[in-house]
Amino acid sequence: MAELRYAEALNQALDEEMARDEGVILLGEDIGNYGGVFRVTKDLQEKYGKSRVRDTPISEQVIAGMAIGASMMGMKPVAEIMFADFLPLVIDALVNQASMMNYSWAGQVTIPFVLRTQGGAGAGAAAQHSKSLEAMVTHIPGIKVVMPTTPADAKGLLKSAIRDPNPVVFLEHKMLYNTKGEVPDGEHLVPIGKAKVVREGDDVTIVATSRMAILAEEAAELLAKDGISCEVIDPRTLRPLDVETIVASVEKTHRAIVVNEAWRFGGYGAEVAATIAEMAFDWLDAPVGRIGIHDLAIPFAKPLEAAAIPDAGRIAEAVRETLA
Amino acid sequence: MAKAAKTNRPTLDELKEMYVKMVVTRRMEEGLFPEHRAGNIRGPIHTCNGQEASAIGATAVLRKDDLVSTTHRGHGHMIGKGVPARGILAEIYGRETGLCRGRAGHMLMADLENGLLGTSAIVGGGPPYAVGQALAFQCQGSDRVAMSCFGDGAAQNGMVHEAMNVAGLWKLPVVFLCEHNMYGLTVPSSSQSPIADISDRAAGYDMPGVKVDGNDVVAVYQAAAEAVARARRGDGPTLLETKTYRMVGFSTTDIGGYQPEEEIAAWAKRDPIKRLREILGKDLKPKELDAMDAEAQGIVDDAYEFAKTSPETPLDDLYVPEYAEVEAAHG
Repeated sequence: MAELRYAEALNQALDEEMARDEGVILLGEDIGNYGGVFRVTKDLQEKYGKSRVRDTPISEQVIAGMAIGASMMGMKPVAEIMFADFLPLVIDALVNQASMMNYSWAGQVTIPFVLRTQGGAGAGAAAQHSKSLEAMVTHIPGIKVVMPTTPADAKGLLKSAIRDPNPVVFLEHKMLYNTKGEVPDGEHLVPIGKAKVVREGDDVTIVATSRMAILAEEAAELLAKDGISCEVIDPRTLRPLDVETIVASVEKTHRAIVVNEAWRFGGYGAEVAATIAEMAFDWLDAPVGRIGIHDLAIPFAKPLEAAAIPDAGRIAEAVRETLA
Repeated sequence: MAKAAKTNRPTLDELKEMYVKMVVTRRMEEGLFPEHRAGNIRGPIHTCNGQEASAIGATAVLRKDDLVSTTHRGHGHMIGKGVPARGILAEIYGRETGLCRGRAGHMLMADLENGLLGTSAIVGGGPPYAVGQALAFQCQGSDRVAMSCFGDGAAQNGMVHEAMNVAGLWKLPVVFLCEHNMYGLTVPSSSQSPIADISDRAAGYDMPGVKVDGNDVVAVYQAAAEAVARARRGDGPTLLETKTYRMVGFSTTDIGGYQPEEEIAAWAKRDPIKRLREILGKDLKPKELDAMDAEAQGIVDDAYEFAKTSPETPLDDLYVPEYAEVEAAHG
């Protein structure tokens, strides 16, 4: 066990999987000599060579396409798309190619690649480099979507994603790369499809993804002072969703708030809220609350950006409303 | 622009094999239209009528363990690569015995065993993953080659540019086969591209750009043999452009009217099957040629019979797990 930054934990996962399996190759922009703009692939080209760690042209469509083609020929590509805001450029590869191949071709091939990217606001990167577009990828059958919050989960989920026989979109958050946490050494695998109860409580369930799970814990601390007990669940895998863990919690608390940094309308939070309404309706004492970023282009100026992103105060307020 | 090599001349046996495959493709596709009108097969059907020399000549030089990826207009590439007509037709009929058990249909077929991987009906969607297949071969130290087939319409798509750029950059073992059939759906190529020859773009990717008569199966075979040999040696990709013509509409939904009659008549005189028959006529007697026609017809008749009498895919196929649990054996 060592204390690592989130970016270091991801780097350790890549390093271990590359050492373990020669088929693991890395593709992406600035990932080689430079080590990635968020330092996730630091030193890996020097260690594993230019054939296995490839700086690509700024060509997102072919980065994703190559990951698909190489994976169907027995490789385990890990492609990096520098910002989640560039996911629209690779959506054809995911929606029209990767997602259909295993089923439409009746199991003749599997497509075991990982597409890493990072999203999220808070860095003053404005409307084209701050979004959370998880709904675009969670909409697609046949593709798994993972979104780790802690350094330990980042490592354990990335290792599992690389070993998974399906396409996995791995969503990181730019504001989490420098956060620190204890990370188990060596073979640490976190199963895909299992949510984590990060804090137990009795009065309300808060389902929160990525950085929002940290803010939900902060909100739970604030509310505890007033005697309100929150259960915080981090799904960690967005698809397939661990419905069981979430429903079991709502059966206990009878109230739920979903916190997802993305736009609310048609967002991933809507899917979770609908699932709770569908699966736990008889246990609910209040409508399911839903918090997201404001439905607008993410603004640049610091006060505007800060006001757009959900914070612990907004989460706590929503909890109070649902209990009112 | 590099000229097509004059070497690599196909043997008589190879010419005969290509002839049979071209006729199989033509007869198989001709049978689809009445079946579609009768309602026995569904969905849009696209045929390569008139383009058989390009498809069969180019794929004839591939090994069984090489890959071909194609488009919705891919029956010729499939037959050329050795995919059985039975599996193709059963898939078009949506039967359990189809290449993909009826899940894919006419536009999306794949056959791992014979190196058809795969078919994309998203125009320009195939080259990016073909480049990835070639990347795998390069990483694995293999001498296998990926051939990526697309049309002049797809050549105007950004994905194809990205794919060619990285293939040229990394010297990947891929052959880009651009079948220039003059039309992207209904719009002529001259209204889609400022240049007449797509192969002129190869210089920008540091790869040879080769232009051949796509209705001359010998010329296509020779140029493809050179391109595949170059890729196999590790010298990188080639953009091979075959000039050809789609004698029928873009699909069964085409109402026509945009291909000038005189243009169709001019290309009809250059029918690739007739031309190869003339070449073979120098070495073979008419009854030997007729026997090859009969052999091809027999393959097609058998495949139609097989497809029509095969069972429907059971509904269970709709309720399979969403995710693969283990990796497939990758070939």
